[in-house]
Amino acid sequence: MTFSFKAFEAMTDKDYKNLGLKVGLEIHQQLLTKKKLFCRCPAGVYSEVHDAEILRHMRPTLSELGEYDGTALMEFKTRKNIIYQINHETVCTYEMDDTPPFEIDQEALDNTLIVAMLLNYKVVSEIHIARKQYLDGSIPAGFQRTTIVGVDGWIPYQDKKIGLIQLGLEEDACREVSDVEHLRIFRTDRLGMPLIEMVTQPDMHTPEEVADVANILRCAVRSTGKVRTGIGAARQDVNVSITGGTRIEIKGVSRIPLLPRLIYNEARRQHALLYIKDRLKQKGITSETFRARSADVSNLLVRTSWEPLQQAIQRGDEIHCVNLKGFSGVLNQTTQTDKVFSKEISDRARVIACLTRLPNIITSESLEETIDSYTWQKIRKALNSGNEDALVLVWGNPEDVRTGINEIMTRAKEATIGIPSETRQALEDGTNGFERILPGPDRMYPDTDLPPLEIQEKRLRRLGKHVPEPVWVRIEKYRKLGIPENLLVTVASSPRAFLFEELIKKFNIPPHRIVNYLFEQYTAWKRQNLPLDKMSEKDWYLFFRASEQQPVILENGASIIKNFLSGDRTLYSILKTYLPPETEIKNEEKNLYMSIKDLTEDELPHFSDNTKKHKYLMGILMKPFRGKIPGKTISETLWNSINGVNNE
Amino acid sequence: MSDQYKGYRNPARAVLKENGVSVWSSVEMNTSRGVFKGLILPRSETADNKHIMLKLHNGYNIGIAVSTIQEIRELGRKEAHYKIPEKEFPVDPKKPDVKLLGTGGTIASRLDYRTGAVIPAFSPGELYGSVPELADLCNLDTEKLYGVFSENMGPEQWIGTAEAIGREIRKGIHGIVIGHGTDTMHHTAAVLSFMVQNSPIPIVMVGSQRSSDRPSSDAALNLIHAVKTAAESDISEIMVCMFGPTSDQYGLLHRGTRVRKMHSSYRSTFRTIGDIPIAMVNREKITPLRTDYKHRRLDQEVVINTSFNEKVTIVYYYPNMQPDIIESLADNGYRGIVIAGTGLGHVNKPLYPALKKACDNGIAVYMTVQTLWGYVQMYVYETGREIMGLGVVPCANMLPEVAYVKLGWALGQTDDPEKVKEIMLTPIAGEITEREPYNGYLIYQGGIPEVEQFLRMIKR
Repeated sequence: MTFSFKAFEAMTDKDYKNLGLKVGLEIHQQLLTKKKLFCRCPAGVYSEVHDAEILRHMRPTLSELGEYDGTALMEFKTRKNIIYQINHETVCTYEMDDTPPFEIDQEALDNTLIVAMLLNYKVVSEIHIARKQYLDGSIPAGFQRTTIVGVDGWIPYQDKKIGLIQLGLEEDACREVSDVEHLRIFRTDRLGMPLIEMVTQPDMHTPEEVADVANILRCAVRSTGKVRTGIGAARQDVNVSITGGTRIEIKGVSRIPLLPRLIYNEARRQHALLYIKDRLKQKGITSETFRARSADVSNLLVRTSWEPLQQAIQRGDEIHCVNLKGFSGVLNQTTQTDKVFSKEISDRARVIACLTRLPNIITSESLEETIDSYTWQKIRKALNSGNEDALVLVWGNPEDVRTGINEIMTRAKEATIGIPSETRQALEDGTNGFERILPGPDRMYPDTDLPPLEIQEKRLRRLGKHVPEPVWVRIEKYRKLGIPENLLVTVASSPRAFLFEELIKKFNIPPHRIVNYLFEQYTAWKRQNLPLDKMSEKDWYLFFRASEQQPVILENGASIIKNFLSGDRTLYSILKTYLPPETEIKNEEKNLYMSIKDLTEDELPHFSDNTKKHKYLMGILMKPFRGKIPGKTISETLWNSINGVNNE
Repeated sequence: MSDQYKGYRNPARAVLKENGVSVWSSVEMNTSRGVFKGLILPRSETADNKHIMLKLHNGYNIGIAVSTIQEIRELGRKEAHYKIPEKEFPVDPKKPDVKLLGTGGTIASRLDYRTGAVIPAFSPGELYGSVPELADLCNLDTEKLYGVFSENMGPEQWIGTAEAIGREIRKGIHGIVIGHGTDTMHHTAAVLSFMVQNSPIPIVMVGSQRSSDRPSSDAALNLIHAVKTAAESDISEIMVCMFGPTSDQYGLLHRGTRVRKMHSSYRSTFRTIGDIPIAMVNREKITPLRTDYKHRRLDQEVVINTSFNEKVTIVYYYPNMQPDIIESLADNGYRGIVIAGTGLGHVNKPLYPALKKACDNGIAVYMTVQTLWGYVQMYVYETGREIMGLGVVPCANMLPEVAYVKLGWALGQTDDPEKVKEIMLTPIAGEITEREPYNGYLIYQGGIPEVEQFLRMIKR
């Protein structure tokens, strides 16, 4: 029976349906806050230098069953020394787990609640902080503080709804610097930054759907203006399964366009592993009948000409060979694009046995030139290997090599079961590699360092005003307004969409012109490094009001605004030069005289002196005339009127 | 409060009752904010009475305000049982016998993920499951003397612990480890150094700064170091064994009379003041840093003296302290006052008459320094000489807390001021040292370039 799987480009929706593909998304998004989540260190500051290093080890905690959880045991087996590099500017004693947590950052909580309301989540009344254990060292305390803010949200997609299981708020972990043999080094600047975690139901059935949904979620959260943008601010994980397969989590997808290929490769891998299981079964090999043995073959390789083994021998490594009964033809089975089953074994040896120097194994089915066939024969003889058997060579220091042999046999035996429960890591080429054994169901327990926190109705009401209209609703609206198709998503997912909608309401200017300035030109100015912060909302109002009255301003808008941004003059003074001086000011001044007359004829409170009267009336007059007439002019005109009244 | 609604008070409790559900009910709740499904958990006593706590299927806990609840439906029940399976601590006749006395603090624990409970692990079997390395070091037996937060430790517990130590030594135990909360570990270490003298074996106090349920906790390593010391070292003194740096590198063995908790939360909080520690300890070896420690003996002749007079106090002097403080101490029957004075051991003039009156009435007044490091030296300034003239006795470089427990212990033995003075000023276990070496006071400031450079070179 031959095994075939279409190439990525050739796969159709029907193919995925036949496979029974089910995919769920987990998106981790950094929030835009000033401080970190449980301490007062600044958020979003990254450092490349460090002031000190701290060494830690992670020990698993016994669970109630008297056993260590699978992941925990695995991490403990690796016996890693973990070094944390710290910089005084970005971490305090909290991150190193030397000080208890401070109260949760309220800005982060507000931002999370806004996202919760936008995505239709049901918000909980009281949040309880939990500890989720991680033993890979990515968090110095060995656990992450995390909490649930909402459950059961949803977004519309095509003709269905994609369910969002939960919205979590949690601390970000360290950045890995290196992981070689028994030493893992982390940088701590990112540690403790607030992250939200959105988890979807496995409601997506093709790779394209997943990318679409990821984009919708990305745009939706960005539209709140409360999340960080830029590289690394959002990370995606996917959970993939096919019929007969296992739910496998692939972590660390850095960019959404990488998702489809990764999902394809995982579906392919699972399909291949199920095929291998069947094939082994046909040969009579199950988890009960699985047999493997190993032997030290160092002396047989003393004269090898293959470089990696030569170096191993020079280092004093031991070289062992594992015989897998009945596995011939299996090790070479394609599992992902350009990868074969033996890669699964090699990954385990690398991660668990810390045999990080690659290649760390070779097999009797390797297609590359490694050791010569004569030596293979000698090895076969030494292990009493049959024609139906496969061999795996592994080398390293005595302790690591023993762990390696164990892992080779373990992984091979798991082939008889099908797809082992694992967490995989996303790789840039669209394939995935082994990261760790999937953790047990609950590695979580309450964090008793912090009390539960109530989320009151009035808080939700206050924040509700900041919840933008959902992206998908906006897109439809803007399409009808004639906004170009290619800009719809950008505008709908931008925090400036609020301003955009206000501007089109207020001014009689074609929406696509406003969009051109507020988005297309804006991006261009950003690239030119102009100080866009200078352009306040008031300035936009002023610009478009002036444009309404004087079309030539709209035509020359780019140079006017650039002029303003890069120079010293106020926007008003630049705009004035485009306005026919007489007309506008005359009109407004007429309005001003009328207003002042109205005011002074009205019932006014009594003032002890004219200065107080002037001040009071200025307060009233500035509101309608600010930006239209210089304040100085208003003031002078008013004085004239007041003194004129006195002189009457 | 019936267990059915454990921790819940009205109005939350009433809502549970009305809907016919209780703790461990698996429920679906209709609320004004939406539908929530989960398991009802017990409520913590310090949490409010307006919310019901649910455990969701994904393991997270949330609270639902009873004011938002419209209806609760029970879907089933899932009771929790905290039974921990026991393993046996292996016994090897070739290994030394060590006894672990527990007074409080959680040196090891297990997690019940279903409910989130952190359960102390204390019996030998539980400890073996949690820290299996201990079996490589010794045969371990455990006894729980008390289970208090260390701020609640006092003379009753000190005396009980000293007596337990006496009993174990006479039974021929090879080494003793005492589990203790870290807040007052140094107080207990000091008082035991007086109550238990001439010990032939190591007595090692140990605790953990970070709760032992965390993977990064210092608990396991501290315990391993302490047990190793009790089993293998020949240092027969009362010691505190805690982390050296905050990194997992080595522990330090501090003499019980010169050690102090110096930071509210750092792993490396315990430091020897005014001297260097006795030794460094890691998984592989114990490295003495000095030679002047008491060595292990084979006899069992320990001297237990558990006298203690509770009417003793520490007074922390501050500018503008009023004499009525001293007077009210005298009025309330205090027999011993330890003053933590400023500088070389000073207080302000207004206190003099009150101090004189106290001394004249036979109250034992002793002077130590707030600065912790350095000697009381009351001859240098006129102030000091005057205060001594009142009858206040300088305590050389005894730490304030150590002077407090020693004075209590001394006054438990005699009323005679001269005899008390002799006891106080005669060093028993290093509480007063003849000299302070240069490396007895090493507090470096952060920010200074050469210090930062040094930190970059070593791991803290």
